[in-house]
Amino acid sequence: MNINLSIATLGRTARKRITGLGTFVRFFWLLLARSSILFSRPRLVSQQIHFIGNYSLLIIIVSGLFVGFVLGLQGYYTLNRYGSEEALGLLVALSLTRELGPVVTALLFAGRAGTSLTAEIGLMKAGEQLAAMEVMAVDPIRRVLVPRFWGGVIAMPILAAVFSMVGILGGWVVGVLMIGIDTGAFWSQMQSGVDVWKDILNGVIKSVVFGVAVTLIALYEGWQSRPTPEGVARATTRTVVAGSLVVLGLDFMLTALMFSN
Amino acid sequence: MLSHATPSDDIVLRLTGVSLGYGEHAILKDISLAARKGQVVALMGGSGSGKTTLLRAATGQIKALAGQVSLFGRDLNLATDSERQGLRQRIGVLFQQGALFTDLNVFENVAFPLREHASLAATDLLNRVLDTLDAVGLRTAAHLRVSEISGGMARRVALARAVVRQPELILYDEPFAGLDPISLGITARLIRNLSDRLGCASVVITHDVEESFAIADHVYLVGQGHIKAEGHPKALSASVDPYVQQFLNGAPDGPVPFNYPSSSAFDAWLKQQSTAR
Repeated sequence: MNINLSIATLGRTARKRITGLGTFVRFFWLLLARSSILFSRPRLVSQQIHFIGNYSLLIIIVSGLFVGFVLGLQGYYTLNRYGSEEALGLLVALSLTRELGPVVTALLFAGRAGTSLTAEIGLMKAGEQLAAMEVMAVDPIRRVLVPRFWGGVIAMPILAAVFSMVGILGGWVVGVLMIGIDTGAFWSQMQSGVDVWKDILNGVIKSVVFGVAVTLIALYEGWQSRPTPEGVARATTRTVVAGSLVVLGLDFMLTALMFSN
Repeated sequence: MLSHATPSDDIVLRLTGVSLGYGEHAILKDISLAARKGQVVALMGGSGSGKTTLLRAATGQIKALAGQVSLFGRDLNLATDSERQGLRQRIGVLFQQGALFTDLNVFENVAFPLREHASLAATDLLNRVLDTLDAVGLRTAAHLRVSEISGGMARRVALARAVVRQPELILYDEPFAGLDPISLGITARLIRNLSDRLGCASVVITHDVEESFAIADHVYLVGQGHIKAEGHPKALSASVDPYVQQFLNGAPDGPVPFNYPSSSAFDAWLKQQSTAR
């Protein structure tokens, strides 16, 4: 009797998960299929890039700076043991462009912009704003979600680039100004060691993928949220948890694909 | 009674033997009603009687479990997505909570349907929106954010947005709720004037007997899952039907129970509460 019940529960859970995945993929497809608004009304997208990107800038700059400081210190302590502290610039730049820039930016992006998107869509749903649009013959997916989706996807690599740039400056401040490493060695090692295609482009690709994943999860959670204060609160939490875990999982897979021999 | 004296091709919205509900469970059964051009139809009933569900069916937000919902002569259950969008462009809806877009100011909220569907020159758009706001007494509030206006003002802005495109059918969900007596009287007259001037059909969902009876051509009384009575306001006022009399006079005793009916689920819950202590 208990075994039957367990099997039924397992089956029900599996079916629910598969249905949820199907709904998520279908939602992604709907966003892509209605993306023509990107060209017909680009102002809607630029407003979202401003809203999502500009308001995330402060946290990205401050975090990038401190991550750069820490990388500079930790990198110096390790490299100094082998007498190769001139390679600090290379270590900081590779760490940031390949990994920390895209990953930390995406985690911060999920916390700052992702939660904001989920709450906004959830509250629009609770306030019948999306239903009002629908009865006005305005497609809410096309008018509300698509500009936010592309706004997030475009803003994310720009934010990751800003994070890496500020982080490198942070590493330079610690390594060159505070510790006294030769500034020429710092920059020349970085210039010769960082590959535009293998390191920087792969970092940009990662940040675009993370941007798609986090923005998609944030919008989906808002769209599917129950239209109550509790429902919106739960959806916002799910955005941060699911967004962060997906970013870390995708990072592992992308790193294995991009940097393996 | 205007509704029975005009030809059927004047009918803008018609429900024929419609059952409505959520999931398998029908909360309204065998509903038939019609709204004609130039007519103000009041849809009245107690809280939870399914009036808003009727509105959702009329806009195609939910499908009828049985029967036919016909908008401008087209069966909504058979309409394609693009047909439904075309039909919706011909209607205006005032939502119960207003449903104003909180990221836009008052002007942009009213301008929204025009920006989406009409290609007006900037000056024409400005004039049209300000004129519509003027009709609800909020011309000089055009620059305010939604968060800066009161609940009553928000409902008047929502009313302006519903009528700005001069639609052929306007659905009002509780247009008098939360309005002060002055705004209430003006709103009622505005609804009547719009129907007279534009020749549009107006369907007003309301509890307000006095205001709706003053402007309506035809009244439907919804209760216990059915249309309990219908007719001209004067005919309903003269009705001896105990249900109609109880509703119109607000009497606590009668065929409409005030107390929520008991159920086995409640009994089980109560038993669980008793044993938990």
